[in-house]
Amino acid sequence: MNFTFTNEQQLLADTVQRFVREHYTFEKRREILGSQTGWSREIWQELAGLGLTALNVPEEHGGLGGGPVDTLLVMQALGAGLLLEPFLSSAVHAPALLVSMPSTPAAEALLSAIAGGEIIVAVAHQEPDSRGELHRVTTRAERDGDHFVLAGKKAVVMHGHAADEYLISARTSGAPCDAQGTAVFRLPRDTQGLSVNAYRTFDGQGACDLELNAVRLPAASLLGSGEVAQQALEAAYHVALSALCAEAVGIMKAVNATTLEYTKNRKQFGQPISRFQVLQHRMVDMFIHAEQATSMSYLAAIKCTAPDLRERRRALSAAKVAIGQAGRYIAQQAVQLHGGMGMTDELIVSHYFKRLTAIDLTFGDADHHLQQFVAHAMNP
Amino acid sequence: MDLNFSPEEIAFRDEVRAFLRTHLPAELAERVKTGRVLRAEDFRRWQKILFEHGWGAPTWPKKFGGTGWDPVRQYIFEEECALAGAPRTLPFGLRMVGPVIMAFGNSEQQKRFLPRILSGEDWWCQGYSEPGAGSDLASLKTRAERRGDHYIVNGQKTWNTLGQHADWIFCLVRTDPNAAKPQQGISFLLIDMKTPGITVRPIVTLEGAHEVNEVWFENVRVPIENLIGEENKGWTYAKFLLGHERTSIAGIGSSKRELGRLKEIARREIKNGKPLIEDPLFAARIAQVEIDLMALEITNLRALSAEAEKRAPGPEASILKIKGTEIQQALSELMMYAVGPYALPFERNSPEEGDLKGVAGPDYAAGLAATYCNYRKVSIYGGSNEIQRNIIAQMILGL
Repeated sequence: MNFTFTNEQQLLADTVQRFVREHYTFEKRREILGSQTGWSREIWQELAGLGLTALNVPEEHGGLGGGPVDTLLVMQALGAGLLLEPFLSSAVHAPALLVSMPSTPAAEALLSAIAGGEIIVAVAHQEPDSRGELHRVTTRAERDGDHFVLAGKKAVVMHGHAADEYLISARTSGAPCDAQGTAVFRLPRDTQGLSVNAYRTFDGQGACDLELNAVRLPAASLLGSGEVAQQALEAAYHVALSALCAEAVGIMKAVNATTLEYTKNRKQFGQPISRFQVLQHRMVDMFIHAEQATSMSYLAAIKCTAPDLRERRRALSAAKVAIGQAGRYIAQQAVQLHGGMGMTDELIVSHYFKRLTAIDLTFGDADHHLQQFVAHAMNP
Repeated sequence: MDLNFSPEEIAFRDEVRAFLRTHLPAELAERVKTGRVLRAEDFRRWQKILFEHGWGAPTWPKKFGGTGWDPVRQYIFEEECALAGAPRTLPFGLRMVGPVIMAFGNSEQQKRFLPRILSGEDWWCQGYSEPGAGSDLASLKTRAERRGDHYIVNGQKTWNTLGQHADWIFCLVRTDPNAAKPQQGISFLLIDMKTPGITVRPIVTLEGAHEVNEVWFENVRVPIENLIGEENKGWTYAKFLLGHERTSIAGIGSSKRELGRLKEIARREIKNGKPLIEDPLFAARIAQVEIDLMALEITNLRALSAEAEKRAPGPEASILKIKGTEIQQALSELMMYAVGPYALPFERNSPEEGDLKGVAGPDYAAGLAATYCNYRKVSIYGGSNEIQRNIIAQMILGL
């Protein structure tokens, strides 16, 4: 048992922290946020230059072959900077999905393009009625000679606004909730019959809804099907969930530090408001929430690749519950302790607040995962 | 980063499990697992068994007859004991006064007192709180005046746990009422409970049990060789003592055991024609505590790992105290609610009432309300959870 990081991991964390401190200042982020696209290809190239887009790509495809603990450190640091670029989708979720399926020329080409930062890939799995339910897929894919014909809708595809390609799930057989019968395809953004409704989310990030009307994809677009695809979708979901938890922890620590600093400087009744015990105890509770969330982000990172599915699901759902709740508490109290200033767009605290809120709503909220946890934990 | 115990630690855990299988008396485990208050003889019996196995002091160095285990092994031992239903060991001798005597006592005192703590021959109790000195402990008034080779002690201690069985009491007393700061005039005295002038009066707590006492001192003569360290330096030793109970402060093992008991009760209770554990609302309440406990277990392991690497854990212990006691209270509350109306029949859950049956309803319902009531104490004792928040605010947040 140890909670230390290797020298390489420490170096990685330092690199990303320095990048955020020097190249992704709050002012720089504000500038990106105000741009037309809402994210920066230049920044993406810098991230690629640091090797970060290659982190979750295996070495044989030009990647670094990093693991969940490396990703945890990177996500914590990027979280503190409130990164707007599609890192979680294109550098974590998409490669995790690709490597969980059989190696095909299409998958290999995608992986090396992801590693080099040449392409943005988003995972289009969630549907309007699926919420956190992983198996619910109503989008259909019918075989037609050497093509597949896809029809259906995908909802709030994270970073789908920025994507060049999607990894899309569609059902080749079975009823909407069957554990079997779902396949995964690569779907370029400019495919005929695909309409992309791209938009910003309230935390400044972006997403899209996809509508597929008789979209014809060559058979070679099929990346995985049957049980393999289903397992891959869940495996990638768990890796991405763990990364999202780490991002949240990075934000929690940053917002706690900002709030502590603010209360030491803000004077009322002739003294810094940090002298008031009611505020001190609130900040202690914020600190405890962040520590417990840190513990759960470690658990998520360690367990997100565990072979035992039941153990993996139990740990990941527990982590998302703890992190969703901690994030909500910390975000709300941080705004409260900043008083009126916490309400302004000018201070970073409001941006932290929005991202932490959005994280709870992503990949299933705390209530969803509490229900999932009940299903895994209440039987002997 | 690795959350698993090493092969050596797992071998150690297996050794502890094997020991518990063969040495833990079934009736003791039954008492613990059914949530019954332990009797004095239960504590004595278990300490004797541990002592005879060479495990009388899991947290002590070998030099003083302890096991010399590192913090991780201490933690594993505590957890396995709790899961198996072993009685907790009383902290007053082993984890409170013992370490103080080791660190600040002279060799005479070490030879005289430590072996008898180890063997369980001496039962110790704590003389810290006073009616006017609770969270503000340094304002204590119990006076010790030097007369030749004795101190004359006068005053009153309170919230003294299980002192009715004790052979010795360790006391904070005021030796210099004129010191510049209240912390400066305090000394640490060891007092034989048989000394004339000591009166122990029971305090009956809300659940009807006698667990704590008032202890009165009226011209009690204490030989000066019972002074620990230097006169007027007692506050230093007191602070050392308060920070010394780290590996077990969160109570992970016993909370895991109680979580299991809660689920078992919820499986047996029926609501809407189905086991209560299938009620979505109740199941979610259990799940919430289980998740908090999972997080605290890792937080606890992080603190242990920091301690093992000599990165001082210090104030982080306050997190373990706050969250650990919140979880203990939540579990006791859910267990009471799990049995519904059969939580209501009055049941003292006191050691004197030896049998394990309740006055009405299922056996497992007996004493749950009493335990719920009794457990309000855990967020008050050992430095109230508000004091723990002050410690974190000052020591970690720098406020």
